[in-house]
Amino acid sequence: MELIINGEALTLSAPLSVAALLDSRNLTGKRVAVERNGEIVPKSRHAETLLTTGDRIEIVVAVGGG
Amino acid sequence: MNQALNQINTTVVAPVVADPLVIAGRAYGSRLLVGTGKYKDFAQTRAAIDASGAEIVTVAIRRTNIGQEPGQPSLLDVLPPDQFTILPNTAGCFTADDAVRTLRLARELLEGHALVKLEVLGDSLTLFPNMPETLKAADILVKDGFSVMVYCADDPIQARMLEDIGCVAIMPLASLIGSGMGILNPWNLQLIIDQAKVPVLVDAGVGTASDAAIAMELGCDGVLMNTAIAAAQDPVRMAGAMKKAVEAGREAWLAGRMPKKFYSAVPSSPSGGLIGAK
Repeated sequence: MELIINGEALTLSAPLSVAALLDSRNLTGKRVAVERNGEIVPKSRHAETLLTTGDRIEIVVAVGGG
Repeated sequence: MNQALNQINTTVVAPVVADPLVIAGRAYGSRLLVGTGKYKDFAQTRAAIDASGAEIVTVAIRRTNIGQEPGQPSLLDVLPPDQFTILPNTAGCFTADDAVRTLRLARELLEGHALVKLEVLGDSLTLFPNMPETLKAADILVKDGFSVMVYCADDPIQARMLEDIGCVAIMPLASLIGSGMGILNPWNLQLIIDQAKVPVLVDAGVGTASDAAIAMELGCDGVLMNTAIAAAQDPVRMAGAMKKAVEAGREAWLAGRMPKKFYSAVPSSPSGGLIGAK
C-alpha cells in the first residue's frame, strides 16, 4: 500500500498498524505523537489502528525551539 | 531611641512577599520563560536553563526525522516534564490550521498537557505574527480546552480580543523574533499591560539583560526569550544575567520608581550648610 509518512511517499506491505510502523522506526516507547489524515491517533489505539493505502501519517517529537 | 531602633529593625527584616507568576491557575516562582532552541548541544541547553532559573520552557514540535537521531537522547530526557513545565509552541506555523494541528499533536505527545504557546507567523522575513490567523487559532484552541499563551503584535485592541477569546497570557513582541533589538515600543506595551487582566509577557526581541529589566519595569508579568541567551558568547552566563535582570526589573516595578522631573532637579544632599556660604 502507498503511504505518505512525514511527507515522504513509501510503499509498505499491509496489514500494518500504527504500533508496528513505530516499531519499524525504533520509536516504540519514545515520546512521539501520531496523526493520521489530520486526526490524532491516541497512544491507546496505536496497536488496533491499521493503516490503509493513501493514508497521510505524521509522526512528531519535541525538539529545541523558542 | 528604642522605639526608633525597633522601627529600623522592622523595616530591615520585613519578610519578602512571595510574588508568584500565576498562569492558568498555577503559580510559578520564576518570571523568566526560556526557549530551548539554537544551543550547541543538550548539555549547554540544560546548563543555561538551570542558570536561568526558568520553570517554563518552550519546545517545538517537529517530524521525527528532523532534529533527532534514533538512539540519541531526546530533548524531553534532558528536560523532564516532571521537573519543568513544558510549553509546546507552534513556531514555524503560518496558518491557524497548522497551528491547531501542531498543538493537538503536542497535547497527545505530552499526555493531555493543556498549556501551550500559540504563534502564527505572517512572514518568513520578519516572523511578524499573522493576527487574523492567530485570533482564529486561539478561538479554536480555547474551545478545545487548551490554555493558550499567545504571541501577538503589540496592538492593544487585538490583545484585548485575544483576552476576550480566553487566552491565559498575552505575549506581545518587543521587537522581531531573534532580532535582539530590545523594547522598541514601550508605549504600546504599556497600553496592553494597563488593560490586561491576564499576565502580559514580552515574547521576542530581548537582546540583553537591560531589555528584560525594562520590560519588567514597564509592568510586564514575565519575559520569554531564547536567542538572547542561546546566541550570547557565553549562554550560561547570559542566562544567569537574564534571571537577575528579570528579578531586578520586577522589584523595581513593585517598589514604584520615582517620578521623572526633567526641569526641577532636586539634589540628594542638603542644600544648606555649605562651607563658604554667606
